[in-house]
Amino acid sequence: MRAITAGDGVTLVAVAGGAVLLAVLNLATAPDAALHVPSFVLPLAGKYLCYAMLALAVDLVWGFAGILSLGHAAFFALGGYAMGMYLMREIGTRGVYGNATLPDFMVFLNWTRLPWYWHGFDMFWFACVMVALVPGVLALVFGYLAFRSRVSGVYLSIITQALTYALLLAFFRNDMGFGGNNGMTDFKDILGLPLHADATRAGLLILTASFLCAQLLLARALVRSRFGKVLIAVRDAESRVRFLGYRPESYKLVVWVISAVMAAIGGALYVPQVGIINPSEFSPANSIEAVIWVAVGGRGTLVGAILGAVLVNLGKTYFTGALPELWLYALGGLFVVVTLLLPNGVLGLLRRRGAGNGAVPTPLPVGEQPT
Amino acid sequence: MAPFVARGLLLLALLFPAAARAQADDPYAAFATHDYEAMRAAIETLSTSGDARAPAILAALQAGQLRVGADGTLYLRAADGSLREAVSGAAAAGVDAAALKEVRMNNAVRRALDGALGGLRLFAADPSTRAAAAEAVFKGRDRAALPALDRALARETDAWVKSVMAQARAALILAGGGASEADTLAAIAVLRARGDLEASSLLASVAGQPAAVMRAAHDALTAIQRQRQLWDIGESVFYGLSLGSVLLLAAAGLAITFGVMGVINMAHGEMVMLGAYTTFVVQEAMRAHAPGLIGASLFVAVPAAFLVAGAVGIVIERGLIRFLYGRPLETLLATWGLSLILQQVVRSIFGPSNREVSTPAWMSGAFPLGGLTITANRLTIIVFAALVFAVLMLALRRTPLGLRMRAVTQNRFMAAAMGIRTPWIDALTFGLGSGVAGIAGVALSQIDNVSPNLGQSYIIDSFMVVVFGGVGNLWGTALGALTLGIVNKFLEPVAGAVLGKIAVLVLLIVFIQRRPRGMFPLKGRAVEA
Repeated sequence: MRAITAGDGVTLVAVAGGAVLLAVLNLATAPDAALHVPSFVLPLAGKYLCYAMLALAVDLVWGFAGILSLGHAAFFALGGYAMGMYLMREIGTRGVYGNATLPDFMVFLNWTRLPWYWHGFDMFWFACVMVALVPGVLALVFGYLAFRSRVSGVYLSIITQALTYALLLAFFRNDMGFGGNNGMTDFKDILGLPLHADATRAGLLILTASFLCAQLLLARALVRSRFGKVLIAVRDAESRVRFLGYRPESYKLVVWVISAVMAAIGGALYVPQVGIINPSEFSPANSIEAVIWVAVGGRGTLVGAILGAVLVNLGKTYFTGALPELWLYALGGLFVVVTLLLPNGVLGLLRRRGAGNGAVPTPLPVGEQPT
Repeated sequence: MAPFVARGLLLLALLFPAAARAQADDPYAAFATHDYEAMRAAIETLSTSGDARAPAILAALQAGQLRVGADGTLYLRAADGSLREAVSGAAAAGVDAAALKEVRMNNAVRRALDGALGGLRLFAADPSTRAAAAEAVFKGRDRAALPALDRALARETDAWVKSVMAQARAALILAGGGASEADTLAAIAVLRARGDLEASSLLASVAGQPAAVMRAAHDALTAIQRQRQLWDIGESVFYGLSLGSVLLLAAAGLAITFGVMGVINMAHGEMVMLGAYTTFVVQEAMRAHAPGLIGASLFVAVPAAFLVAGAVGIVIERGLIRFLYGRPLETLLATWGLSLILQQVVRSIFGPSNREVSTPAWMSGAFPLGGLTITANRLTIIVFAALVFAVLMLALRRTPLGLRMRAVTQNRFMAAAMGIRTPWIDALTFGLGSGVAGIAGVALSQIDNVSPNLGQSYIIDSFMVVVFGGVGNLWGTALGALTLGIVNKFLEPVAGAVLGKIAVLVLLIVFIQRRPRGMFPLKGRAVEA
């Protein structure tokens, strides 16, 4: 068996090559050259790739374990907040109030001391650990409780939505110490490198692309392994897997936590490129949008998730700029059309055209389990 | 015993104004003199005399409209400048107004006058004026009002006014101190029965009294506090019930589409929103064509909203959902997309800002019930939710359509074999659920902003209610909605509104772990999916 599929290869080349190409065309060409890429494109592309990581994480649990998470953006946002806290501390005395330790919003709220959970975030390595640790632990606790008591299907979807909704409400509070409604913004630099410099942006884009490629390879290795086989079995017939002596909840829990950490890394890379993190990232609508990226690209294909995330967000950028009235129609229509007419997404369409014989195994939609 | 006798004598004296009047033959004569001490004594005499002329004359004195002639006759000068003889009441013809002098006062007289006028209102003909005067004495705690109050109390026939007066008297006794132990104890008992914040602050101020009094005051204070806590609980329950009714309205339709049919309709909130906008349209139309009937607009809006939302629901079911039966997660995504489209449609037609929906007069206002304040709109919503729920129950249990709906839910193939046209029943069931959501929108338009996002704020709560109550069980939905509403309102004062809501969500997540199928799971073979 080959380690990676042809689709994976194309995707890896496209993501890594595309990122490097954009970076080079931005840095190495004169601003008036025909091939010059304007600077705003770099963080935009980086943003798409971060969304692709979120989509990949959703596809891993939805496409291969049958867990439809409507709250995955919560992990993405938590990773983003951890990175945002580091970037806030990094501002130091350059803030509006010039306070060396307290971020601006705390000075504004008349806080005198840094809350205990903000300590350590002045160190980059600590923030990186927290990016993975906080969402990971949350996913572990939540998943342990949910899977142990066999909450599944729609019920699980609804409580994941409740989870992200609860976090949304919590982060809106000023008392939480995460900037409340406004979140965190006005970042200056990362590891001493100015965030608005083109070179830093290019570096971040390439870093994001590398992480995305690594995540794709990891996810592919995971679903190709023995572990992945059991996972797919759990998706298609959980009870039978249990009767065969496996513990489906353990498999689900492991993939759930991995997926949450993947999403969190996407969020951590998202914040320095977009330059802001606020509670609206927790809104349930964001999580559901991530699910539709996966559905558009093709569920259970990994590559499709990346493709879908990039395609839909390209469309969103175009529509919200050119025809803002029509964006919600387009997005809503996409949900309807994809679920009704394209159950295997764009990738399924391509494969049917390409292969002709329909030999590609496609996952059964959950709910159509043999009974 | 001795103080009792003394008080009895004093009361006797007060009861017989003639005896008091005997001390100064004509108290009005004092106003013609410049002897302030005599005037003060006269005012005090008048304030307890019960003389029918006293209120008008004293009020005129306060307003600076009492004039005295050279012969010592008192005149009342009306606002238009006309004069009347004060004591006899006869019109004063041929008196030179310029020759009259105003009756002057010093501060001591003025103070006595203020107290006397307050006391006089205790004898007014209107019971509510008397009660207000007694309440003023209660609040003012002016010990000088005690004799007048005692006399008023003795004359009083209205039980309610009497109780207010007794409370005022108790307040004076407690505030003034120096009363006998028995009197003080009696006063404490009266205040304990009153049981509001004023009473408790009075009771808390009791100091330097015999042990028995102190103990009684302390007991009364704790009793009042306990009672207030009870009322607070009652208030939380009422607010919780009204919030629960809102949740029930929003979730009842979902309980049918999700609970009974098993269809995850993420566009359910938009059905609620459509109902709210229908209310807006109905009101606008009635304002334009039948302005006299605007108070009844909600009665038109309810069936209209049911029809509009129900029709949209049937179209959704026929056009979209029937292709996705058996694929709940796909249904979820498709209806979410639909909800985005519906929001944008409404935004395009009505604009993104909030729309004004007026509240009929009979739904505004409030009335007290014991220690509670019941607002009419909350009460209306509670009653309305109960009504909608009852009708829905009846429709499902007692109508042929309800019978067919239940048959199709329980066993689709058997129902089809019995000749039931299941596709029609599916469409009608979905229409019913959506229509009920539209009715909820009419109610929500009265308490929430009518905006395109109205539905989104209720969709998660509604799902929580249905899941909490147990899918497929309308009673569970009702109980779930009320429980969540009340728990929310009890957590709010402890944790704040937002934290309370978060706590409820976390509790729900934990609850679903314990009871994955809700409070009242359906039993039987159909459960195992």
